[in-house]
Amino acid sequence: MFGDYSLSDLGAIFAMQGFAGLILFSVYVLMALGLAIIFGQMGVINMAHGEFMILGAYVTWMTSNVFQKYAPWLFPEYFFAAMILAFIASGALGMLVEWALIRHLYKRPLDTLLATWGLSLILQQAYRSIFGAREVGVELPAWMMGSWQATDSIQIPINGMFVMGLTVLITIAVAYVLFWSSWGKQVRAVVQNRVMAGAVGINTEKVDRYTFGLGCGIAGVAGSAFTMIGSTGPTAGQLYIVDTFLVVVFGGAASLLGTIASAFTISQTDSTLEFFMSGSMAKVITLLAIVAILMMRPQGLFALKVRK
Amino acid sequence: MIINSRFFNRSELIGFLTLALLLFVILPLSLDVFRLNLVAKYLTYAFVAIGLVMCWGYGGILSLGQGVFFGLGGYCMAMYLKLEASSVANTKIQSTPGIPDFMDWNQLTQLPFFWKPFHSLPITLAAIILVPAFFSFVIGAAMFKRRVGGVYFAIITQAIAAILTILIVGQQGYTGGINGITDLRTLHGWDIRTDHAKFILYFVEVILLFACIVAAQFIRLTKLGRILVAMREQEDRVRFSGYSVANFKIFAFCAAAVFAAIGGALFTLEVGFMSPSFVGIVPSIEMVIYTAVGGRLSIFGAVYGTLLVNFAKTALSESFPQLWLFGLGALFIGVVLAFPNGLAGIWQDYIQPRIDRLMAARKNPTFKLPDNSVANGAPAE
Amino acid sequence: MRIGHQPKNFLLAVEALTVSFDGFKAVNNLSLYVEENEIRVIIGPNGAGKTTVLDLICGKTKATSGSIQFRGKELTKLKENQIVQAGVGRKFQTPSVFEDLTVFENLEISYPRGRSVFGSLTFQRDKAVKERVEEVAEMIFLKDRLDTYADQLSHGQKQWLEIGMLLIQDPDLLMLDEPVAGMSVNERTKTAELLNRIIKDRSVLVIEHDMKFVEDIAHKVTVLHQGQILSEGSMDHVKTDPKVIEVYLGH
Repeated sequence: MFGDYSLSDLGAIFAMQGFAGLILFSVYVLMALGLAIIFGQMGVINMAHGEFMILGAYVTWMTSNVFQKYAPWLFPEYFFAAMILAFIASGALGMLVEWALIRHLYKRPLDTLLATWGLSLILQQAYRSIFGAREVGVELPAWMMGSWQATDSIQIPINGMFVMGLTVLITIAVAYVLFWSSWGKQVRAVVQNRVMAGAVGINTEKVDRYTFGLGCGIAGVAGSAFTMIGSTGPTAGQLYIVDTFLVVVFGGAASLLGTIASAFTISQTDSTLEFFMSGSMAKVITLLAIVAILMMRPQGLFALKVRK
Repeated sequence: MIINSRFFNRSELIGFLTLALLLFVILPLSLDVFRLNLVAKYLTYAFVAIGLVMCWGYGGILSLGQGVFFGLGGYCMAMYLKLEASSVANTKIQSTPGIPDFMDWNQLTQLPFFWKPFHSLPITLAAIILVPAFFSFVIGAAMFKRRVGGVYFAIITQAIAAILTILIVGQQGYTGGINGITDLRTLHGWDIRTDHAKFILYFVEVILLFACIVAAQFIRLTKLGRILVAMREQEDRVRFSGYSVANFKIFAFCAAAVFAAIGGALFTLEVGFMSPSFVGIVPSIEMVIYTAVGGRLSIFGAVYGTLLVNFAKTALSESFPQLWLFGLGALFIGVVLAFPNGLAGIWQDYIQPRIDRLMAARKNPTFKLPDNSVANGAPAE
Repeated sequence: MRIGHQPKNFLLAVEALTVSFDGFKAVNNLSLYVEENEIRVIIGPNGAGKTTVLDLICGKTKATSGSIQFRGKELTKLKENQIVQAGVGRKFQTPSVFEDLTVFENLEISYPRGRSVFGSLTFQRDKAVKERVEEVAEMIFLKDRLDTYADQLSHGQKQWLEIGMLLIQDPDLLMLDEPVAGMSVNERTKTAELLNRIIKDRSVLVIEHDMKFVEDIAHKVTVLHQGQILSEGSMDHVKTDPKVIEVYLGH
């Protein structure tokens, strides 16, 4: 399949597809980051994670409409407001869900999977009832369109770089919150020994609720980024949930670095292969490779050998 | 052996007879052929649900990829039927006569090699069992030998369901793509589309279903069944009692896969087509909910759960299409939160004690309440 | 020391065994020899690596280096179930029994027959099985509880049940991790009596903190400290060893 291209062509193709994959990478990282917090820290399988992302996408879409209608002079900046609103909306819904549903199931991880799947069905139908079955697209402000001509044959889309930059910032913020802030220490204390954490005065219920909310909120931000690569529909989130779980598992559930590395590997493989073959075959090969690697190395890319 | 080890206890015997009465007598007498065929379609999922009782309920291995095996069984059957429907005489208007129509539309000029064995009915019937058994063995061996289980296993089986769906949809020249394999007509010369054939197929299916129920019950009552339960709780203790835990898990997973494949093959016969929409993530997880609603520990519960959810789905989606997904979602959440042992659990915990008390009171006012905790092989939790 | 020559009468010969977790050597170059019909007690402060040694022998943890010979078989290369089939039984610190099964079924699962998938499909609950289960149930004081689900048993009864499950396996080497921990005084006495009865005709490796109990049963005591053997010998020898006194009392 590479035979028809010269070496410099191939270099350019890899670079271009690589940058084209940036948004996909960002969506994966943000989705997986939220999931890694919820799954890695709390052991909860959130099958409705894609729907939290789509909520963020709908919020972004609504924000863009509102800005266009009532404050067109601010339209170029709407995206920042949209992201914050998406975070708040998804995070708030996440906390509600944790209170109503998840907290009853902490001892039954496989059951959280089923219950959150039920939740995802309800959310999908809710989106369909509220926003309609048709997919909606978001209009980007002018400054985000177009691309930057890096060399003669390499173009980098501006919105890709923008989203990428944001993802880096959010990742750093999450890393800070989880690993260095005192709240992060409380989260880890609760994960390691719930009873003891409660005994030393940590409000474990509150920690659970905010952790789940944070994970869902980040999914909302992923939804904002998602509006740039796909159109938003009621079931669009479902398409991403398996991929995202694979990203998390492939990276090693408890490792932030692993999550990023695996999101990068998967999105880039997918994006690069897509240039050479049909999209569906690229996807099949990418997923098959991940499953095969996971069968050989079930603990994921980054996992410590720990004493059980 | 069946007799001297008490194959069914009292409540299971009641369950067995009630189900037999319902499926062999009441439904065929009370429903027209169209509705009966609908029941037949639902019952094909009951095969999957019984497999999940063994694998998930007893063994604790949650597979979210049973659609893969349902689909493999269904596609094997569909390939045979399609080849029979694509005889040279039937397809002489094609540019390549004698191959399935969708291949012709996709500019294929000869039958792909993996289709060729499906000219033969015996090979097809063997493939319906062996292909899923082989795949489940490979997946199971790769995962369980490396001690992958629980959540990870669920996610990976789900990914496999996604992969197979994308593959089938993407390779339409070889698989019929998103529409699946359609326009199936005869099974070894016997027209499966007539009302008479549907009636007979229904009974064939119910007989096979009871065969699977008996097989599952048999497995459950052997020491292997008890090892599955033991493994779900204390995997290490089983291992240190000298058993290879992985082999037992592989067995449970393969058995569930074979049950699912039989269901899939019957689905193709009953409904007359097979498509990727019965393979992917969504149908696979719906199959899990049938089992969960029926009661993950109860073989009969799985059958009732499948019928109930599907009837509800048909009734709701015919009259209130909007409400169906809300209803299904709520069902998932409700069952998991409030009734983890499903219908069977409700029966065992609430209804049966009342019946017992009623019967006891009528027979003999001083009769002691019998112990019902063994009704389904596990104590009520 | 004994390293260098290997008399045949050792049932278990552990040599230069090392395991490290992320660089931390939980067991460090440990050598240990257990004879036929010997009762060996391992003692040592918390974190000395006692449980890890048992984990290594029964295959729960894989060794980084070193060898474990059991009747001439190299155990480090075998899987857990193969090690059990070779004749090594292991009891865990917390009682691990199958709570969703009855006492009878718990014991029956441990009966050493029909351990393959197809063997267990065709396994018959025949007279030999029933008699053996009843015999063991009587020894572990659970004869009248055969049809009780194990989750109904008390902590001490669960410990006995697990000992019974090992007993029915009839292992040549029995490894017990704190068998009397968490038991009442009465249960403790009964357990000591039980252990004294079952340790005949086999070798036993016990981890225990209860010094009176240790004195009662031990032929020989091994003191572990920081993954290495600090002292080994009779109870009296170990008790007067200055190194042991230093570790136990010096801190």
